[in-house]
Order: sequence, then structure tokens, then C-alpha cells
Amino acid sequence: MSLLSVTNLRISLQTHRGLAIAVREVSFALERGKSLGLIGESGSGKSIMALSLLGLLPEQAHVSGSIRFAGQELAGADEKTWCKLRGNRIGMVFQEPMTALNPVHTVGHQVAEPLRLHEGLSFRQAREKALALLNRVGIPDPVKRIDAYPHQFSGGQRQRITIAMALACGPDLLIADEPTTALDVTVQRQILELIQDLVTERNMALLLISHDLGLIAQNVEHMLVMYGGSIVESGPTQGVFSRMAHPYTQGLFAARPRLGQRGIDGRRVRLSTIGGSVPELIDLPSGCPFYGRCPIGIEACAQTVPGPVALGAGHVVRCIRTGESI
Amino acid sequence: MTVGFNQRAVRHPSFLVGGALTLLLLLAASLSLFWTPWPVFEVNMPGKLASPSAAHWLGTDPFGRDVASLLLVGARNSILVGVIAVSIGMTAGTALGLIAAACKGWIEELIMRLSDFTFAFPAILSAIMMTAVFGAGIVNSIIAIGIFNIPTFARVTRASANAIWSREFILAARACGKGPVRITLEHVLPNILSVLIVQGTIQFALAILAEAALSYLGLGTQPPQPSWGRMLSEAQSLLFQAPLLAVFPGVAIVLAVLGLNLMGDGLRDVLDPRLARMR
Repeated sequence: MSLLSVTNLRISLQTHRGLAIAVREVSFALERGKSLGLIGESGSGKSIMALSLLGLLPEQAHVSGSIRFAGQELAGADEKTWCKLRGNRIGMVFQEPMTALNPVHTVGHQVAEPLRLHEGLSFRQAREKALALLNRVGIPDPVKRIDAYPHQFSGGQRQRITIAMALACGPDLLIADEPTTALDVTVQRQILELIQDLVTERNMALLLISHDLGLIAQNVEHMLVMYGGSIVESGPTQGVFSRMAHPYTQGLFAARPRLGQRGIDGRRVRLSTIGGSVPELIDLPSGCPFYGRCPIGIEACAQTVPGPVALGAGHVVRCIRTGESI
Repeated sequence: MTVGFNQRAVRHPSFLVGGALTLLLLLAASLSLFWTPWPVFEVNMPGKLASPSAAHWLGTDPFGRDVASLLLVGARNSILVGVIAVSIGMTAGTALGLIAAACKGWIEELIMRLSDFTFAFPAILSAIMMTAVFGAGIVNSIIAIGIFNIPTFARVTRASANAIWSREFILAARACGKGPVRITLEHVLPNILSVLIVQGTIQFALAILAEAALSYLGLGTQPPQPSWGRMLSEAQSLLFQAPLLAVFPGVAIVLAVLGLNLMGDGLRDVLDPRLARMR
């Protein structure tokens, strides 16, 4: 049985402009010790989905479908159940290390907090363990720094601290929502390596959310490509990258900037983009969500949501034009 | 970032002036606890309405009491009113504001509409009503002033707490499994403390003013206990014989209120360096 299995997850948000379906019929499973990448652009519903796995959706959100975590059904669970899981069995690392720490408390206090909360450790024990954690995530001289405040650390160090916070109670699942987006490229690599090491070391499951293809390619075993709230392509990272089947995935890949990019004749070429913009989640087209921007779309695409097409080795794409796109 | 609290305080002129005036008020009040130039309650009819002299620095009132001594003891009275009234308002108002921000929904609506309702009445009018119902006197007027401080604190608290609730570290704290009570006490309250301190000094000044107004109307401090407001009202009928009698308590009230307000304004900048830089 999988550690986390999500089946037909659908999240709708009641907004003042109408009902927005942020996540539609998403299914995936994640085993302990495995890593899963979720890629998609802003507004594709990936952060909302991550928050739903922690029960942190805004009040006006409605969830249907199933989220099973270690055999426990979490869709529609009450706040008490969630509070026991959050920070204890499911940890989360946020995008902005600058704002994810409370400026008025010392970092030692903030790392020790979940330990005292979930494991009932005394102040002293929690502090000891926080010290060990800060040491593990690579904060230099933690004995001295444990009583420092967040503003006295650099961005990369702060992200290390939030990782220590998320890992304090030894969770089974770690969700990292764009953990390196706000950091320098050189620091990004170190942070990802740290996450990787910790995931292997503690045999956790990792859900890595990003909009960066390169990052997904290097860090996860399986990946999901999300667009307009649906998973348009999924499969082993290797398989998906070697044989990108969905026009959206191909567009994403073509749109990544490269240094010194030149055409065949040696001239500079324009960065290719995907035309149009992400559809509003309120009035999604009835068919394929990518239809409006798809270079190979046909009439039939707009009619019904495309069903899954298996390409072998767990690689699945939702596109009726798969034959043309590959 | 490198400029510390003390340095910012020293560089802020209105904070310095306000702080000095407030300190003066505190010194006057504590001095009166063990020394006044003349006994406060000693009536000396032959020496009434004396002009300022070496013996009576600020002259004497219609009962021959020393005005300087009355002002010193009156300062004590004003501070007492300010401290208790602000404590009542701050405790209850902050609690209500925090609850409103944490609960949202109909509880928030209820609390905020109730404070709107209280706000709709002019505070001084309501205080007059309360003292009229429950009897005049210093205790009732302190309670009345305190109660009308509650909605001010509730509003300020809710507004700042809502801003804190939408910050990402609150989401991170929730992701760690913390419940709303814990988040409110550990994350929200410490982050809005500086706002509350500033509001507290301003409400302190308003409380002194309100007490003076109530005493002026004869509803606050009762004779023979000296109060600046009542000194002012007693001086009113003698405005042409002894105009200075009205000037001294008036100046005392103005200086105390001005000092506290300047200090509150200054504290706002000193406690929040970002704001000071924007100006």
C-alpha cells in the first residue's frame, strides 16, 4: 500500500466571481523512499494541491475525492486530525524563507517548537534536538547561532532552518513547495542536495513542487505535469524527458532559457514561448484545458476532456493528438 | 539595521520631548507620595486666593490651599486613572481583537459590530451616563473610561492581527501542527505588541483628558481629593478675581497630554524602524 495515494482529487474554490475549479480529478500515489515532482506554471493549481495535502486550504475551498495517507482517509478530516499530522508526519518547506520564519522568535525556539508540540519533549530536550537538527542542515556553529533571530541569517541559511523545522519530528512525507525559487542559483543546488540527502537518510517520501524543469529533471524519480488544474502528463522522469508527449510539456521544455543559445546559422534566436496565457480557473474550457494555446489542437480537443493514453513504463499522457505530438 | 533602539530614540526629537514631559509627570506624582510644599487638605481661609509668592509658588485656591501641592497630588490621580483605565481597555480589547482575528466568520462580525455600536456614542457622553446611573466618583469614572477604551483596542488589535495572520510564517506554523490558540499567543501577539504599546500611550493621554472632563463636570474625583479637572471647574467662577487659578491646572493637563501623545508618536517610529525610514 502506498504511503500517500490521491484519487480523483477535486478542489473547488468559491470566489466572488464564481466557482473556480483549482484541481480537477487528480490521482497519483507516492511510496516511502520515493520522490515525485509536480511541475506547472503559476496558477496551474499546484500550490493549492500541496496545501490540500496538509488540510490548509482556505475556508471557501471544497474538496472531493480521496487523500489516503498511511491508510487514513484525510479528505474531509477534522482540524484535530490534521493538527496531529501536520509537522509530525507531514512536513512542509515553503517558497519564501524570508517570510516563513517569525521575526520575533529565535530560530532555536522555532525549530524546537514542533518537537515540544508533537513529541512532548521538555524545553531542554527539544533544545538539544533542535541543536542537532541545525547542525544536520548545515548551519555553521549552531551552538552560537541557536539563539539568533531570523534576520541575522542569509536566505539560504533561513531555508535550511525551515527545513530543520519541517523535519524536526521525522515526518514520513516532505512537501517542498518551490523551496529554492527565492534563492541564488548556487545556493539552490546546496539546498536541493540537502533535501535529497535527508530524504534518503530518513527514508521519507518527497513531493517536490516547482516550475523549473531542470530542477525536476535532476531531483525526482517520477513527475507530474499540471496544467489548468489537471495532470496532463505523468510518468518516470527519465521516460517523460526522453519522450515528451504532451504539447504543453514540449512547450515548457522549449521555453527554458539557455545561455548563448544560437540557431543553426549561428544567429541569436528568440526564446520560444507558449502563446497565450494560463486560462482562468473560473471559466475553464470544457475540453482539454490546453486547447486554446495548443499548436496542434483540433476541433475534437474542445469537446471532451482527453482520457489517459498509456505510452508504456508508467508514462501516461492526456492528449488525443498524441500520435502527432511525439 | 545597525541603528539600535537607543540610538533611534535619542535621534527622535518628539520622542525625547514627549518622554521628558511624561517623566516629569511621573516624577511629580511620585514626589507627592512623600513630600508636598504644603499639606494638601489644610484649609487656611485668611490666606485664600493669594498670588504666587515665595511661600506659595503658584498661589492658593479659594480655601487657602497651596496650588502647587494640589497639582502634585492631582498628577498622582491622573496617572492612577490612566493606568487603570488603559489596563482595562487594553486587556479586554486586545483579547477581543485577537479572538476576532483568529475566529473570523460570525464571531468576528459580532465583536466588530459591537465595538462599532460602542463607538457610535461619544465616549464622554456615555461616561456621563454611566456615572449618572452608578453614581459619581473616581472608581466609576475609571471603569467608564476603561470600558470605552475597549473598542479602540479591539479594532487596532484586530486590524494588526489580521495582517499578521496573512503572513507566511503563520502558514508555516500551521503546517507545523499548531492550533489557533497557540498561534495567536506565540506568533500574533508578540508581533503586534509595539502597536499596542503606542496605542496604550495615546489612550493614556485620552484617559487623563476624560477624567479631567468628568471631574470638571463634578462626576469624577470627589472633593476634597484634588484633581486637575475639578481645580479647573472651581477656578471658573473666579476667573476674573484669580485668573491664574485656571491657568495652572490647564497647563498641567496640556503638558501631560501633549507629552504622552508625543511619546506615543515617537515610540511608533522608534519601535518600527521601517516606518521611520519611509517618512
